[in-house]
Amino acid sequence: MPLYLVLLPLAPLLSFLLTLLSGKWMGSRAHRLPILAASISLGCALAAGWDVAHGVVTDADFYTWITAGDLQVSFGFLVDQLTAAMLIVVTSISLLVHIYSVGYMQGDPSYPRFFAYLSLFTFSMLMLVLGNNFLQLFFGWEAVGLSSYLLIGFWHQKKSAADAGKKAFIVNRFGDFGLSLGIMLVFVTFGTLHYQEVFQAAPGIVGQQFTLLGLTFELPTLIALLLFCGAVGKSAMIPLHVWLPDAMEGPTPVSALIHAATMVTAGVFLVARCNPLFELSSVALNVITVVGAVTCLFAATIALVQTDIKRVVAYSTVSQLSYMFVACGVGAYSAGIFHLFTHAYFKALLFLGCGSVIHAMGGEQDVRSMGGLKKYLPITYWTFLLASLSISGAPGLAGFFSKDEILLMAYTTNIGSGRFAWFIGLVVAFITAFYSFRLFFLTFHGRFRGSTEQRDHLHESPPVMTVPLILLAVGAVTAGWLGSPEILGGHSMWDHFMAPVLGRAEAHVPHFTEWLLMGISVFAGLSGIWLAYHLYVRRPELPGQLRESFSETYRWLVNKYYVDEFYVAVLVQPAINCSRYVLSAFADATLIEGVVNGVPRLIGRASGRLRRLQSGHVQHYLAAMASGAVGLLVWLYLV
Amino acid sequence: MPILSVLIFFPMLAALLVLPLDKDRPERIKAVALAVAVSEFLLSLPLWSSFDKTTHLMQFVERHRWIEPWNVQYALGVDGISVLFVLLTTLLTVLCVLVSWRSVTEKPKEFFVALLFLEGTIVGVFCALDLFLFYIFWEAMLIPMFLIIGVWGGPRRLYATVKFFLYTLVGSLLMLVGIIVLYRAGGNTFDILALAENQYPIRLQLVLFWAFFAAFAVKVPMWPVHTWLPDAHTEAPTAGSVILAGILIKMGAYGFLRFSMPLFPNATRMMMEPMMILSIIGIIYGGLICISQSDIKRLIAYSSVSHMGFVTLGLFSLNTQGVEGGILQMINHGIVTGALFLAIGIVYERTHSRAIADYGGLASVMPVFAGFFMLFTLAAIGLPGTNGFVGEFLVLLGAFSSRSWAAVFAATGLIIGAWYMLWLYQRVFFNPPNPGLQGIAAINGREIVVLVPLAALILVIGFVPNLLLDYMHVSVAHLLARIPQAEPAATGPLHALAALLP
Repeated sequence: MPLYLVLLPLAPLLSFLLTLLSGKWMGSRAHRLPILAASISLGCALAAGWDVAHGVVTDADFYTWITAGDLQVSFGFLVDQLTAAMLIVVTSISLLVHIYSVGYMQGDPSYPRFFAYLSLFTFSMLMLVLGNNFLQLFFGWEAVGLSSYLLIGFWHQKKSAADAGKKAFIVNRFGDFGLSLGIMLVFVTFGTLHYQEVFQAAPGIVGQQFTLLGLTFELPTLIALLLFCGAVGKSAMIPLHVWLPDAMEGPTPVSALIHAATMVTAGVFLVARCNPLFELSSVALNVITVVGAVTCLFAATIALVQTDIKRVVAYSTVSQLSYMFVACGVGAYSAGIFHLFTHAYFKALLFLGCGSVIHAMGGEQDVRSMGGLKKYLPITYWTFLLASLSISGAPGLAGFFSKDEILLMAYTTNIGSGRFAWFIGLVVAFITAFYSFRLFFLTFHGRFRGSTEQRDHLHESPPVMTVPLILLAVGAVTAGWLGSPEILGGHSMWDHFMAPVLGRAEAHVPHFTEWLLMGISVFAGLSGIWLAYHLYVRRPELPGQLRESFSETYRWLVNKYYVDEFYVAVLVQPAINCSRYVLSAFADATLIEGVVNGVPRLIGRASGRLRRLQSGHVQHYLAAMASGAVGLLVWLYLV
Repeated sequence: MPILSVLIFFPMLAALLVLPLDKDRPERIKAVALAVAVSEFLLSLPLWSSFDKTTHLMQFVERHRWIEPWNVQYALGVDGISVLFVLLTTLLTVLCVLVSWRSVTEKPKEFFVALLFLEGTIVGVFCALDLFLFYIFWEAMLIPMFLIIGVWGGPRRLYATVKFFLYTLVGSLLMLVGIIVLYRAGGNTFDILALAENQYPIRLQLVLFWAFFAAFAVKVPMWPVHTWLPDAHTEAPTAGSVILAGILIKMGAYGFLRFSMPLFPNATRMMMEPMMILSIIGIIYGGLICISQSDIKRLIAYSSVSHMGFVTLGLFSLNTQGVEGGILQMINHGIVTGALFLAIGIVYERTHSRAIADYGGLASVMPVFAGFFMLFTLAAIGLPGTNGFVGEFLVLLGAFSSRSWAAVFAATGLIIGAWYMLWLYQRVFFNPPNPGLQGIAAINGREIVVLVPLAALILVIGFVPNLLLDYMHVSVAHLLARIPQAEPAATGPLHALAALLP
């Protein structure tokens, strides 16, 4: 195993430990080691990418982790095309977020702890994507969950932040419940957890069945769906999406790194990594497509009415993740990972831009108090504009290429729900452009709506924050060029590169259809932008009127379809009540304790009666002895 | 050197040396107690280093005739199943002495005498190879435990001790009857290894299985005979809780491994599903009930019911992953719950409150301590990288292999566990700081010394579990080879009960 592969996760791990231990002494210098570690990781990731591009795929065990019976799992690394792409995304965004945080977190009393956690996250995410077996995936999976929990609740004196961290962890556990069962089923089926061995043996299980809880499933379908449960949790798909918007309680750089660019895409990575298993079940693929499409629309509509700048971007993230799942669902894994790649840059840029705005506004996150920030934050303005254009699918920018490929694949697939997903995807492309530019115009155009105190405080962020914005903007513009399709004069380099791992889903349609589909989606995006311009710049009084006329719809949207309230009512509160009244008060204290305390009481009462036998009269004792002796003799001789 | 005898009797004899010390100089008493506990730990280390991992045979065996007319032997030995528990006992006792340094102010001499006596008897339980000797240690252990809770415990200590004592005694008496029957049936011997050579009629096996079950299930404790545990834990002093959670309740599960499974293999196979069901009820019931607890120690006590449910689930999965996972989870639970009780003891010394509502924002006041507690919490909820994950995963995998439904139900414990532990953590360490906690002292050097070994073990076992699993492989394989793989025609609980009827 090459040295750089060992160093890749080791550098952030050491940085985490050392920063945690030495934070007190390092104080405001605590970022040095984590930034160094992130740079080392980025260098190693580029080296890995170089090797893979030259055809060197590594699959090697580091050491044996658990041995029990026929189970043998290792910590080991698999570096192929998919891993290499993930490594570059993770390390590059991580480094930029590290640097940005030097400015954003400056003066925070827990500055060292923040950087320690960033390193922990980087380590965890690298372990997740590097693993060569399911259990190491699970290790990284839970470790990124832990980092996310710690960073969402970073300002833990705030109850809302502590609540949000806990919620993220517990909601994810619902997904992990399925994922861990899926991993066990993989082991029981294949006798190994090693990716390559499982994927090689995978075609052999077609047609087999498995009975779980009395229900009989096709074995490949059951495995795929259980694994997908984990993805639903981690990537915030319906019905487990509820944790991600709350996760915005964390510092904004965290939202950019963990809750936009990297961790939340782990679900997509899981499905892409396990594509040989998912390919075996059209039921599972249809489920993924439908879940993706429904979540896509669901989240985008909520984003329409949110006023917290970060929440808009958070719902937009959920919606964009759904596109990636749609891609996987229709078998275009390469397109899904391509969107993951471009999304990482433009979404991280959006979030860091939000951070720059929040920084300038002195912590204010409500767009209703913003407006006209263009002249105060020029760099933030232009980079934010590029990111918004990119996510809206403006031709030539990163988001255009990846989203277009997904829509094309959804349209042409032979998966039953493909056309449905294509239609939803098209509608959402329009909505996405609309809410992205609604946010953009509300924040940067019009007149300033905040307090004079806030106005006096307004300033562009320091270079340590704006330089990462500019670099990410480069990514948000150019990342898509890697996957430029043939009809635009490109070579679909991305798909060719990924083909050895993710296969190659070809769209067999005439050029005319391809042009037409592209035109429709571009039109959808541009009209979304135009509508936002019309409503929020030209006729700013219109949105209020619309809100009045559609007040019922607005209420549902602004309350996020009441999903949180629903879970509290049917899950959380009943469980607490069951715990308090049924189990604690009734079953334990009354039923079991009743027996436990009742038996001694009964014995006490009985012994009170028996005590009368002990009368002190010798003749009674003699009579008892005699009858006892007779009884014994009878028993000995007759029985 | 007869190392096992030394390990049993050294702390007891040393305890006698503590007795004549001047009770007005508690520092000296503590120093002697600590010296004894540390020496005992060092003495136990050869068990780790000289243990032969390639054989299932008993090692460090001592065998002497004792009570000739009844063919009672003084027989000691350890194998891959018991050796780790001896080490866990000697380690945790050292930490118990340290954590009692300030908290035990009344009658310190008697306290440390009781603690050292307890240590000797516990080691005896894990080493005894003769049923008679085992039973003596098993019951003798109750006396110092009874005293520790009853004398140095909280306000409701008398109720708790009487309940604890009666519960365990009732179970033990049934086992005693079982032991006598087994003695007759097995050819008038108490020798565990010899008894295991025989094949007993299935009906006798079932009767004996339930008789031993009574004793072991109470100790584990399995649902529904768990209600002594919350009271005992809540009222016990910190060291008492640590020993109770860390070691004492492991004896029940150990009993299943050492007696029920090898002596009554057919009955074990028949009882597999009922035992799994009881375990799952324990996991879910114990976990759910934690959610509404308002007392920290009571919450951790109920969480033990849930975690021990995982242990018994693993053992009765009757396959390698399940049994090894169960044994590992016993050790893990000893480390993690021991650590949690030690940590609670540390903070209780400062606040004198066990009510969760009295806390909040502790992470701002005691940041290092909060870090330790976070690690223990993560281990309790089985995060990969901690020991708890390896144990739970192996147990669930074992359960899945033998009964997939069992794993599905048991895995809900992962969700419930995260819920109550993280909620506890939030209410104690996060949220706006409670003004009542301002100015309490940060964690001191002695306390860090107490917590570091357990924190290190959590991570070491989490990343290199084979260090411990290697000790078990051969012994567990030997144990499982005795249990019939073929399943009896009908294994439902009703069928099993019907077999008991004449």
